[in-house]
Amino acid sequence: MKITIKKGLDLRLQGAVDKQHQPIDISVDRVAVSPDDFEGFVPKTDVRPGDKVLIGDVLMHDKRDIGLSLVSPLAGTVKEVNRGARRHIENIVIQADDYDSASQPRNQKDSQYYRTFEIPENASPRQLIDLLARSGLLAFIRRRPFADVPSTDVIPRDIFISAFDSAPLAVDRQWSEEEANVIQAGLELLAQITSGSVFLSLREGQHLPEFKDVTVVRVKGPHPAGLPGIQTANIAPVNAGDTVWTLSLDTAWRIGVLATKGIYEPSTLVAVCGSCVQEPFVAHTILGASVKELLQNRLNGDCGNVRVIAGNVLTGIKVEMDKGYLHFPYTQLTIIPEGDDRSEFMGWASLSPTKMSVNPSFPGALTHRRFRPDARVLGGKRAMIMSGQYDRYLPMDIYAEYLLKAIISRNIENMEKLGIYEVAPEDFALAECLDSSKQPLQRIVREGLDFLRNELG
Amino acid sequence: MDNARPHFEKGGRLEMFHSVYEGMDTFLFTPRETGGIGTVHIHDAMDSKRTMILVVLALMPCFFFGMYNTGYQHWLACGLSEFPFWSLMWYGFLAVLPLVLTTYITGLTIEFASAQIKGEEIQEGFLVSGLLIPMILPVDTPLWMAAVATAFAVIFAKEVFGGTGYNIFNVALVARAFLFFAYPANMSGDNAFVPVGKALGYGPVAPDAYSCATPLGQIATSTDPATTLVGADGTPISAWDAFLGLIPGSFGETSLLCILIGGAFLLLMRIIDWRIVISVFLGAVIMGSVTHHFATPLYPNSYLTPLDQFLYGGLAFAAVFMATDPVTAARTNTGKWIYGALIGVIAILIRTYNNGYPEGAMLAVLLMNAFAPLIDWCVVQANIRRRLRRKAQSKISC
Repeated sequence: MKITIKKGLDLRLQGAVDKQHQPIDISVDRVAVSPDDFEGFVPKTDVRPGDKVLIGDVLMHDKRDIGLSLVSPLAGTVKEVNRGARRHIENIVIQADDYDSASQPRNQKDSQYYRTFEIPENASPRQLIDLLARSGLLAFIRRRPFADVPSTDVIPRDIFISAFDSAPLAVDRQWSEEEANVIQAGLELLAQITSGSVFLSLREGQHLPEFKDVTVVRVKGPHPAGLPGIQTANIAPVNAGDTVWTLSLDTAWRIGVLATKGIYEPSTLVAVCGSCVQEPFVAHTILGASVKELLQNRLNGDCGNVRVIAGNVLTGIKVEMDKGYLHFPYTQLTIIPEGDDRSEFMGWASLSPTKMSVNPSFPGALTHRRFRPDARVLGGKRAMIMSGQYDRYLPMDIYAEYLLKAIISRNIENMEKLGIYEVAPEDFALAECLDSSKQPLQRIVREGLDFLRNELG
Repeated sequence: MDNARPHFEKGGRLEMFHSVYEGMDTFLFTPRETGGIGTVHIHDAMDSKRTMILVVLALMPCFFFGMYNTGYQHWLACGLSEFPFWSLMWYGFLAVLPLVLTTYITGLTIEFASAQIKGEEIQEGFLVSGLLIPMILPVDTPLWMAAVATAFAVIFAKEVFGGTGYNIFNVALVARAFLFFAYPANMSGDNAFVPVGKALGYGPVAPDAYSCATPLGQIATSTDPATTLVGADGTPISAWDAFLGLIPGSFGETSLLCILIGGAFLLLMRIIDWRIVISVFLGAVIMGSVTHHFATPLYPNSYLTPLDQFLYGGLAFAAVFMATDPVTAARTNTGKWIYGALIGVIAILIRTYNNGYPEGAMLAVLLMNAFAPLIDWCVVQANIRRRLRRKAQSKISC
């Protein structure tokens, strides 16, 4: 199967990783799991500071769906349970007890650091979903509608897996033959869960081993073509009443590890990129690793204030350099100038070729240069003045502006009619980035989805 | 600006001017505000200020030509045969300056006041409207009329709906329509379009009994189908004159050439939607061909060819600068085709079959502004039906 995505754009940013370089092992002795990364998950802690945990031990479970867990990616001691306003759990920090316990991914092969999960034979879909929920991997999957963590009681119509990440500066992971076998096991497990199909979307020209039990879809086109939700909309859209799952190939591999070895796979490859990184590279480290170790002595001196983003520039989470951790999906860390220390006279009239824009009134838009944007909004928030701006970057059969207006006015009937069940905030990220009215589209969509979920119970 | 900030903050001495300060600060310096939680971390450098300024830039060819043409028409009316370029420009400048100042001062005062009342930053939408209003008025419009019309348009067409981005009708056209219906003699009379007196004390004076109507005005009132259109000096005008814009008319609308330059600029900068421009053009050409085909002395305008329809009057200006206003136009792509085509058709219909209104473009755009939401509604309904049908089909296949 082949699909072509016409709408969208690949932003040209400085600070891309040189693909020739091999991943660098980076040891960390501290990781954090943040429940806010897992939309819809209402955390209740199962551990207290001082408790000893193994890799795969439950740290938190969902208040409403008790089987659904977040597990520890590191063997060690629970160091902190950080809470914010109204005792909201911000994260749980795990500290490795000694260097060998789990600090370096290579040294984690020792089974004494892992909790093992029993894989049921001839399991029913529900048993498999329970297994994923207990092992913390269901939290890595998203469902449509609502773009949140799936509940354990609904069997998905189809499962959509994206094998590539089209976000700015993202790096596609290369899989070895051995890893491909593990992925195959994961795909087989997923195929047993759904009554429909498992779709695996590949970038056109991407080389992966042949997989069985899946429908391979070749996707051509610019970002957001790599988002599983966009792929879903172009392959088999979500209708009212349907539930589908979306995940990355990375997660399918983790499920494969669970299926073959019975353990939770804690290692990850992280692209450390962005215009403020001296030599962007790929780090081989642990899920939720603290960013301090990843960035030590690796930043450009000329950046001034920097913004550290756990994730990509469109959907990532701003973290602190000293106390920040990687956030789900744990594959990218982007560092760009903050820009709040710059004073710019009449920036709106600028003809500088270094300004990033898609509008031809900026000379940079007419060149092929790579830009180095900072985190400034570059303009005041306005009503939606220009028309068609959002539709140009949303490759779905949806009138973005009308859906957004239905959400803003909390009109449930119109939200449903206009296709809110098909969208996630991330689908609107590119449009938000390029919007001259500077509207916070992702936040609008998130609030709309939360509102709808609460209203519908 | 940063040093002055405390005075304008809450509790400061000048708090009542907070929105003005905020507006000036963001105008002069790019805001340092950075993206927050749950939003993207980088933004395109394009913002609403630049959008508006690009439209103002696109209006400049028409504006400068309007200055020249105002002087030129006046020189013709005075019966002079030499046309010194800088004298014409200076006369035109002095003639239009009070009008521009009046609209900007009136409009911006109201904008500042309402921004302050709402506690918001001043927005830049009026930068365009304030320039458009003088350009679609006869240059001799009394200033108090321009002020009243501007105030009416800004308050009742824009601020009551919520300000820039929320209005239903094009603000500049509402100002024009207000004057057209409130003071018809000054807007469409024979004496309206060519200034006869001095401009701020500068320039020659035309003979007392001088009068000259616009080409469309001449056609509408003529009884002879073979009327020859004449310019301000009474000599026939050629299509080339009309293309360049050396004909009587509202200040900025006469030159098709300058409108094409401005339109091309806006299309290249992707500020206006080509769908609307093309569809207005197509609508007008088709309707113009029909009326021309069935030409009758009862409706003298029907003798104009489709090309003439663009050469005379404000149709071309409306197609490029008015119909394309993104806020009041249709917002879906399909809707834009329908919206634009109907503007073209209705403008020609009004021009041709209603001799009382020789200029139909203004009314056509305003009428379609009112219908744009309905057109979009129909287009969006089609999308909704498609979604429902898809759902029904998937049920069957299950």
